[in-house]
Amino acid sequence: MQEIEAIIERYGAQRRHVISILQDIQARFHYLPKDALMEVAARVRIPLIDLYSIATFYNCFSLLPRGEHVIKVCLGTACHLKGGTRLVEALERELGVREGELTPDGRFSFETVRCVGACALAPLVLIDERYYPKMTQRKLTQVLARLRRARQAAEAVP
Amino acid sequence: MKIRTLEQLMALEQELCAARDRKPCVRVCGGTGCRARGSEDVLARFQTQLREVGWAEAVDLKFTGCHGLCERGPLVSLTSPEVFYQGVEADDVPAIVAETLVRGVVIERLLAHDPMTGQRVRREQELPFYRRQQRVVLRFNGVIDPTDIREYIALGGYRTLGVVLTRLTPEEVIEIIERSGLRGRGGAGFPTGKKWRLARAAPGARKYVICNGDEGDPGAFMDRSVLEGNPHSVIEGMIIGAYAVGATRGIIYVREEYPLAVRTLQIALAQAREYGFLGEAIFDSAFSFDLEIVRGAGAFVAGEETALIAAVEGRVSEPRQRPPYPVQRGVWGYPTVINNVETWANIPIILERGPEWFARLGTATSKGTKIFSLVGKVANTGLVEIPMGMTLRDLVEEIGGGALPPREIKAVQIGGPSGGCLPKALFDLPIDYESLTEAGAMMGSGGLIVMDDRTCMVDVARYFMDFLRDESCGKCLPCREGTHRMYELLTAMCEGRATDADLELLEELAQVVKETSLCGLGQTAPNPVLTTLRYFRSEYEAHIRQKRCPAGVCKALIRYVINAERCTGCVACVQPCPQQAISGQLKQPHLIDPERCIKCGICHEVCQFGAVEIV
Amino acid sequence: MTKLYINGIEVEIEQGASLLEAAQQLGIEIPTLCFHPGLSAYGACRLCVVELGDGRLVSACTYPAQEGLRVRTHSPRVRRARRMLIELLLSICPSSKRLQDLAAEHQVERVRFAVRDERCILCGLCVRMCAEQMMAHAIGFVNRGYRRRITTPFDLRSDACRRCGGCLYICPVCEVRCQGVGAPSAVCGSCTPPAPTCPPVYEDLACYMGATGECGTCVRGPRTPDSHSPTVAGRREKV
Repeated sequence: MQEIEAIIERYGAQRRHVISILQDIQARFHYLPKDALMEVAARVRIPLIDLYSIATFYNCFSLLPRGEHVIKVCLGTACHLKGGTRLVEALERELGVREGELTPDGRFSFETVRCVGACALAPLVLIDERYYPKMTQRKLTQVLARLRRARQAAEAVP
Repeated sequence: MKIRTLEQLMALEQELCAARDRKPCVRVCGGTGCRARGSEDVLARFQTQLREVGWAEAVDLKFTGCHGLCERGPLVSLTSPEVFYQGVEADDVPAIVAETLVRGVVIERLLAHDPMTGQRVRREQELPFYRRQQRVVLRFNGVIDPTDIREYIALGGYRTLGVVLTRLTPEEVIEIIERSGLRGRGGAGFPTGKKWRLARAAPGARKYVICNGDEGDPGAFMDRSVLEGNPHSVIEGMIIGAYAVGATRGIIYVREEYPLAVRTLQIALAQAREYGFLGEAIFDSAFSFDLEIVRGAGAFVAGEETALIAAVEGRVSEPRQRPPYPVQRGVWGYPTVINNVETWANIPIILERGPEWFARLGTATSKGTKIFSLVGKVANTGLVEIPMGMTLRDLVEEIGGGALPPREIKAVQIGGPSGGCLPKALFDLPIDYESLTEAGAMMGSGGLIVMDDRTCMVDVARYFMDFLRDESCGKCLPCREGTHRMYELLTAMCEGRATDADLELLEELAQVVKETSLCGLGQTAPNPVLTTLRYFRSEYEAHIRQKRCPAGVCKALIRYVINAERCTGCVACVQPCPQQAISGQLKQPHLIDPERCIKCGICHEVCQFGAVEIV
Repeated sequence: MTKLYINGIEVEIEQGASLLEAAQQLGIEIPTLCFHPGLSAYGACRLCVVELGDGRLVSACTYPAQEGLRVRTHSPRVRRARRMLIELLLSICPSSKRLQDLAAEHQVERVRFAVRDERCILCGLCVRMCAEQMMAHAIGFVNRGYRRRITTPFDLRSDACRRCGGCLYICPVCEVRCQGVGAPSAVCGSCTPPAPTCPPVYEDLACYMGATGECGTCVRGPRTPDSHSPTVAGRREKV
């Protein structure tokens, strides 16, 4: 709660800053906790429903916690033409969850984005904000395997 | 240090300019494309390597904005000797330092090829990709370090602002912009001078200028590159605009998805304040102005100006009725001028070189240059700036380098989801506002996506409707329900379930959505459908009547088969198949079991011999 | 005062008034769904579109009256657009009496889209009612685009809600269910304005007042898509 307070202080408890405030909360917690929304509503004195509308309207907000790794497949036009949709399907098979969901073990969040403006690299996948240019289904499988192995190795160390 | 007079700025400019010319310069491209390919490592390697040879002080090492030729990154350019390297990896750096910098020897293998002649070329300008371009707004992109205001000042930056504030009245500024014929680069092409005049005339206790950097078009990164490569040109343009319309505050609205642009802007604003270009009594005049950044939270519709205003005010990005226009009633009810990034970046140079110079570029009604992000199925993807009036053919074939062999280009999609698909038969069309609109597309903000014979136009239309039904704010019925219904109809077509009556319904619906939607998003949303129907009707009919996808894209209508003559029996495709649908032994042609195949295309992707075919 | 022309008729109205108000002043009826005089104009259902002199279609409820403006409220383009909008509405919410009546008035005779029975057309009247008249701000729009819907925060019972029922009161589509609708079309057609089929006895029986069909003289039912037999009010049989 103190952190929320600090974020609100950074901008000022005014309506015009609520989107910035929510963006910072999202950046800090990787999602918008319900309590945080209620706190902001109370402090800025705006109806909770208005915040809830904002939180569900804009792309960058999420009301559910995110996984350890966030995988984003770009579906901008250039990426679509060069097979972005196939990457989405490949990930759905590999992870066993649909776009927008979190794997049951909490490891991977799987999302799609509409163009990050790096179209020369199409098709593009972002994993934890790192760009993987000219992606193929094969390369994607390999990267996932590497992430999984890294975790296993980390767990093996007592 | 605060700059108070024009003389003081000119003295600083000369000093910086002289210092700049003394040292050889190495410029590593820090555009998003090059960064993704490892240009940060290249930069770090240069730093250590230069230290090692004791040249750290003698060489001016810069991390610049986007050079444009993203396809060949990471890009490195040197001034002495003048040479342009492409595809540079960190491990190439010691050689570049030892050979090129120290000994002046050019490393042949890192040079770019001229695809026309097959020759290697030493300088950027010798490549056809650059030769046909006219870099006005992008003139400093790839040249200066965007995080250092002195770099911009050394090349004459903020001098125009000084001249404007000390020698011109606001009316004179507006008149110059009007005479230049500059039109908004955000899409609709409204004359900028006229917009400013309306805002100046509008009564209001306070006025705002806004830079619309909510570049939401999928397949476009012009604004991103300008903000990341040369933020001060936008800031200078906005200060001049604010002076002209009488605004005291400004907002740069930029997508949060562009973190580098946000960071670069924050640095640039702090530096502009430090030098006194923002704040109280700029250039000791009576004019005060300051700028703040508002990060967009991700909504394509926020590019619409009334929706952008809603977002700035801390609300959901829902457009509202215009009139009243933002120049009459904008943020918090105050008159507001909203121009996009590229428009603002054009302002300083128009005032510097004069409206006549600018008006000589381009066509009768579309003046100046336009930046495009050239992407898709084309050899040279990247960022290009061309004079208005160039034909689509020159842009795609010469600058873009044509198709990716063995494919053939069949269309371009221009203007993003609001634009349209234009067929090859129209490639002689000049790129100007009127010609494009007449052909059913629009200039848009500059996304240009090249499509080849492996692109299905029905699938493209469906893609855009999928994008728009999600990005529509959902306020008005025709846009919300219409884009969704168009998506449903197009999906049925792609899956071979549609009838001729559906085609008729699609056309009828598209027309009504265009006519009745509340804002620009909905009014232009049917353009991808209407243009593909107009120019590629036969593809729709193939999907509907023959249940066939001529481009081999729509999954429900295609099959993967192995051409036994081409298959070498290498088994490369057997293991990756997620369905174990491929049988076959080493050195024997393989076979795909159609019952098991889910058409994921991995086999097609991994086959080195082109033996997996789509039928 | 602002002077403009609606369907060629000159009308003067106070500054700041909407085209809808100007038309109402002349007694010209423009259909509306998301408009209510006690609430702010929203311009969402687009049913009130009218054609301006330059060919644009704009929503009359939000467009300000301007000097010299020429407006057509029932031009062929306007009527065609309204029919498509009603068809879209019916495809979402076929069981609404209000929508079925609109369909009948505008000769919408079929729905060509796949029908979803959602019972909400997202006109936003309830949201504005809750915020502007009840000052409760208990409900609002969530999500966007085709996923948009109206609900309370987190879909839970809202502390802000006083259960005043204002949202139910103002809803244009959920108050009265259409009784006649059924497969195969989403268009009911039972309540098509009664063109009397029994002129000799019509005057006396005033069928349209509710005694429909009781005298047994009417053999031709309301206008329906061709596939239906003559009907008695509210009932329909397939041939």
